[in-house]
Amino acid sequence: MFCCHIVSTLDVTKHFSSVLSGICRAASVDSITDYNEFYCILMCRAARRSLSLRQEIMKWNGWGYSDSRFLFNKKGQAEFTGKRYRLSGLILPSLKDWFEGTFGANLQHRSPPSLNLSAVAPPNLNQPFVEDLKAAGLAVSHDPEDRVFRAHGHCLHEVFALREGRIGRVPDMVVWPSCHSDVEKIVELACKHNVCLIPYGGGTSVSSALECPREETRSIVSLDTSQMSRILWIDEKNLTAHVEAGIIGQDLERQLNERGYCTGHEPDSMEFSSLGGWVATRASGMKKNIYGNIEDLVVHIKMVTPRGVIEKSCLGPRMSTGPDIHHFILGSEGTLGVVTEVTLKIRPIPEYQKYGSVVFPNFQQGVACLREVARQRCAPASIRLMDNEQFQFGEFCFSLILLNFFLLKNFCFKGFDPQHLCVATLLFEGDRGKVLQHEKQVYDIAAKFGGLAAGEDNGQRGYMLTFVIAYLRDLGMDYYVIGESFETSVPWDRVLDLCRNVKERIVRECKERGVQCPPLSTSRVTQTYDAGACVYFYFAFNYRGLSDPVHVYEQVEHAAREEILANGGSLSHHHGVGKLRKEWMKESVSGVGLGMLKSVKEYVDPQNIFGNRNLL
Amino acid sequence: MFSVFIQPRHPVLKKRDDFEDVLEERRRSSDLRYALRCYTPTLYKGLVPCKASMLKSIVLQSDHLQYVIKQVSSESGDSAECVAEEASLILDEMAHRLQLSTIRFFAFTLSKAFKRLFRSVCVNEEGIQRLQQAVQEHPVVLLPSHRSYMDFLMMSYLLYMCDLPLPVIAAGMDFMSMKFVGEMLRMSGAFFIRRSFGGDKLYWAVFSEYVKTMLRNGYAPVEFFLEGTRSRTCKSLTPKMGLLNIVMEPFFKGELFDVNLVPVSISYERILEESLYARELLGVPKPKESTSGLLKARRVLSEDYGSMHVYFGHPVSLRSLAEGKINRSQYNLLPRYIPQKPRVDTHEFLNDAAFRLVRIQEENMVLKPWVLIATLLLQNPDGLELSFLTEQTDWLRHLALAFGAFLDWPNHEACSEVVSCSLALHRHLLSVSAGHVQLNVTDAPQDETTPEEAVFHRAVVVLSCASYRNQILHVFLRPALLAVAMQSANSNRKDDVYNCFNFLRNMFSNEFILCPGDSVQDFEEACYLLMKRGVLQVLEHEIVMSASGHSTLAFLCSVLDPFLQGYQVVCRCLCEETNENLTEKEFIPAVRSFALKLILAGRLKCCEALSSDLQKNALAALLRLKAVRKVKVGDQVTLKVNKIAVNSLEDTLGGKIPTLKPILARL
Repeated sequence: MFCCHIVSTLDVTKHFSSVLSGICRAASVDSITDYNEFYCILMCRAARRSLSLRQEIMKWNGWGYSDSRFLFNKKGQAEFTGKRYRLSGLILPSLKDWFEGTFGANLQHRSPPSLNLSAVAPPNLNQPFVEDLKAAGLAVSHDPEDRVFRAHGHCLHEVFALREGRIGRVPDMVVWPSCHSDVEKIVELACKHNVCLIPYGGGTSVSSALECPREETRSIVSLDTSQMSRILWIDEKNLTAHVEAGIIGQDLERQLNERGYCTGHEPDSMEFSSLGGWVATRASGMKKNIYGNIEDLVVHIKMVTPRGVIEKSCLGPRMSTGPDIHHFILGSEGTLGVVTEVTLKIRPIPEYQKYGSVVFPNFQQGVACLREVARQRCAPASIRLMDNEQFQFGEFCFSLILLNFFLLKNFCFKGFDPQHLCVATLLFEGDRGKVLQHEKQVYDIAAKFGGLAAGEDNGQRGYMLTFVIAYLRDLGMDYYVIGESFETSVPWDRVLDLCRNVKERIVRECKERGVQCPPLSTSRVTQTYDAGACVYFYFAFNYRGLSDPVHVYEQVEHAAREEILANGGSLSHHHGVGKLRKEWMKESVSGVGLGMLKSVKEYVDPQNIFGNRNLL
Repeated sequence: MFSVFIQPRHPVLKKRDDFEDVLEERRRSSDLRYALRCYTPTLYKGLVPCKASMLKSIVLQSDHLQYVIKQVSSESGDSAECVAEEASLILDEMAHRLQLSTIRFFAFTLSKAFKRLFRSVCVNEEGIQRLQQAVQEHPVVLLPSHRSYMDFLMMSYLLYMCDLPLPVIAAGMDFMSMKFVGEMLRMSGAFFIRRSFGGDKLYWAVFSEYVKTMLRNGYAPVEFFLEGTRSRTCKSLTPKMGLLNIVMEPFFKGELFDVNLVPVSISYERILEESLYARELLGVPKPKESTSGLLKARRVLSEDYGSMHVYFGHPVSLRSLAEGKINRSQYNLLPRYIPQKPRVDTHEFLNDAAFRLVRIQEENMVLKPWVLIATLLLQNPDGLELSFLTEQTDWLRHLALAFGAFLDWPNHEACSEVVSCSLALHRHLLSVSAGHVQLNVTDAPQDETTPEEAVFHRAVVVLSCASYRNQILHVFLRPALLAVAMQSANSNRKDDVYNCFNFLRNMFSNEFILCPGDSVQDFEEACYLLMKRGVLQVLEHEIVMSASGHSTLAFLCSVLDPFLQGYQVVCRCLCEETNENLTEKEFIPAVRSFALKLILAGRLKCCEALSSDLQKNALAALLRLKAVRKVKVGDQVTLKVNKIAVNSLEDTLGGKIPTLKPILARL
């Protein structure tokens, strides 16, 4: 398992308990009265501590853990700091050359972030609501740092603004429910006092879903589910687990692992994203070929809405009771209520896991191979295909991914052009015998498309890159390079055309908007389905000389999305719509479809308490 | 480089490239060495290399063709193998077999021929450079104007010369019947399409897939003629949409990121087929294309055809052209190999794009001084004094330049010099005696000729001459429509004038290149040009002629006069026609003999009414305006004439009814 090298939040919790016991030891408990007083202080401190601990170990203006970041050291060599990842502490000598070569960036030209928390506007509090919350014993905060931390996701414009110290509308306060009934209480009070609630899980949104609507005049309350993170029960007979929705992906997986189980749901953000967030955005995991996407994994969902609690009456595996009400909840993006508890399918931890990789002479052949694998329905747990630009990125900047020099030479000898070849990474799971058999089947198909096996290590490194790539954007932003990824899903026959057209559109749009160096514009196929594939694009450029880089970035991304839609791609495969892609909703689901969703919203939340204005 | 074309509001300000004579080098060095030189064309960056033979199997294996084969087989009951075999035969008949050796042969022989025929062949160097760039970036579609058989030979010759990839050219099947030449053309990149294959699904599928495959793979630039056929009148023809739709579809369906459309304007100082065309228009049937015919045409090699200009226009990016007009996601819900009829909006776009491309061709067409002289000579059938002609030519030259004409006027030469040079080159159309210049219309009538033959003889000269005047019509067209509108509106009110303008524009939209829907824009352009010339004052509600504007307006009116007269003759003929069952086939002969009678009776002076092109266009306009209907009786198509409507159209054209509202109401 690759998450074993991640120092998990468990350590943080341990750290927290040791602090607590320290406090206990320090205060000599003599009398009852003292004890009471001490208990109060302790609980308050504990609450404060626990509520903000995650926040303390994470960046407030960039991706991930504060201690993990790329930087160029004094020798100009790139380094990844911290101890959490396998890449941590490594020197990456050729990253600099790739970085400078690809973006025309120069290490002399820095654009470091400037920090300014005092720019946060004072909170617009609804006092009666605050009083009622406090009376109900709920933990709240209107500390600027807490509020800013929950005011954004990880869209480029959000992070860019933070780095520049520009802070727009932020939630006026944060509330931390610790269980389902707390949420019921909060929602009830919110309705009573007419405040706006924005549910907050892991904060990894990339659709502007967490942005506070500018036009919102009511007090905005961020409802942070992070304290609702317990596994309530595990049912080994039915292989299900009932879990509170605030739990973070890696914690869920680790705790289940301790019991010999897993969910198998591994989105790239699993270090930070929450179960409730997955449900609310229709998340997809890397290993969906075995375990399914979130909609396949959930057996039961409990959600608190202004109308009350919505849930099914039993845990039957499938029901024919009209349209599945789960599908009103899945992908509702916090517009209808707060998901509080979820019953999920679990699986025994697979006996054996094996990575793999295949090199193809070109992207066309690679896609044809993936299509054939999907046709034969023999996709491994994960199969991903990077295009040549991404291969070069991995190869030349990390010099670790994929092919060492010797191997590369070997491939060139076999007629592979380094300017065209592309790489698929594979992950097999299951019992050993079957994995090996499965592996052979996939490699045999690959061979028919000119694919050559390129080793386990390369595959594993490819997957590792997934977790650190988000950190790389922060490094870029230190040196005038901005970028982001976006995704879509598309029928098989259009994959190649869509990739080529979108990549080219990005290049053309950048040129037309005065971007001086050609941008990095790459694609990769990350999921296979019977009828199509999920495609990811990475896009970054050097913005020196542009007066409003974020605007340029947004225009290019907008154009790229138009291009995706024009080429038969979907609005989103798993990132969701949020506010970023709202304008295309009608086109995507038809006017009637949108009307149906709106009427659900109208019934469930007539006061627009869940007023993040996503989706609709 | 991706010129998104906006209608030039100020045509005069347009910057055009300079020309270079490509024959100059040929006259100095060995043609043989030139033909055998190392040819390394710039290639498309996304090129999928493949041979002509491989191309065939790609086409036959394509999902699209396989789908249509199955469909045709289930409809006709023939086995799929049988239909596939048929498809393969169609492809064999169609496909080109581009070979460098043939190109080299042509490079050699054409160098020789061109040097004898032309004084110079001028090409805009910058256009070539732009094309070189465009070829690398996206698949290219070359859209030359079509005035002569020379056109595509010249295109391939020039592309070979400039190290550009050789185009594959859509050619009419009629060439194929020229045994040897047909095969030669095939080996130089021509592929052959039947002239009509209306409902033949299989043929259409093979043909469209063949063209699309070449485009998608970046195999070679695809070249075809928007006008569909050679223009016998030297006026641009109403563009055909079929092939344009085919080359655009890969973009619409996302199979290509973009396509560069390159309009090319080819103009001749003297057209090789000049009198041939005139005879054809008068109903002397065109000789069937045959090799021996071509050999007879060797005679033409001994004559002087002046200079020739080829202008490669700015590549037009299909993507920018379609921006905001085509919703490409309309193709999302159907597998792309299933053929789809273009939707209404696509159709509109195609139409609009085609017209704009033809207008670009027109605008970049180089005009020689003779074109101005021809215009003047036609307006003065009794001839002019040479000195007056020179003076008038100079006046017209300035008017044309003010209207944005692309005039190739020799620098530093006296006007009289230029005029006499032009007269010399076209002496076979003229008679010059004692300083009096006249069209060669009163050629001593020999005893044995009948009066009819004399009329036809005169008409040949007039129509030959008209083919030169027609080259400049697009420059004067809009102001001329306005001039006629002002004359017949009998009112200075802008609305009235516009109504008249709109009527005329509508009437003549089969005759000239007038983008549908651009009526207001055209009107404004005409107003602007005439205002700038000081001919008109355009006030808020009125249009007033200036004191000095009379001569210009009179000139402009007489530019359109032959067409107004011709259309009236057609209307009159239909009204007076007694045969209730006039078939479509009988229409041209009927109008021709009607016009001939009028001319012989001295009631009609205008020989252009004899032109079958004008007659066809007039009929098309009447059909469009629903004054005439086509009715199918058995296998004959007959024309049902609404005589009241046709009659009032005739009156309106003749200026007898000032406004057209009552007519339109009646229609």
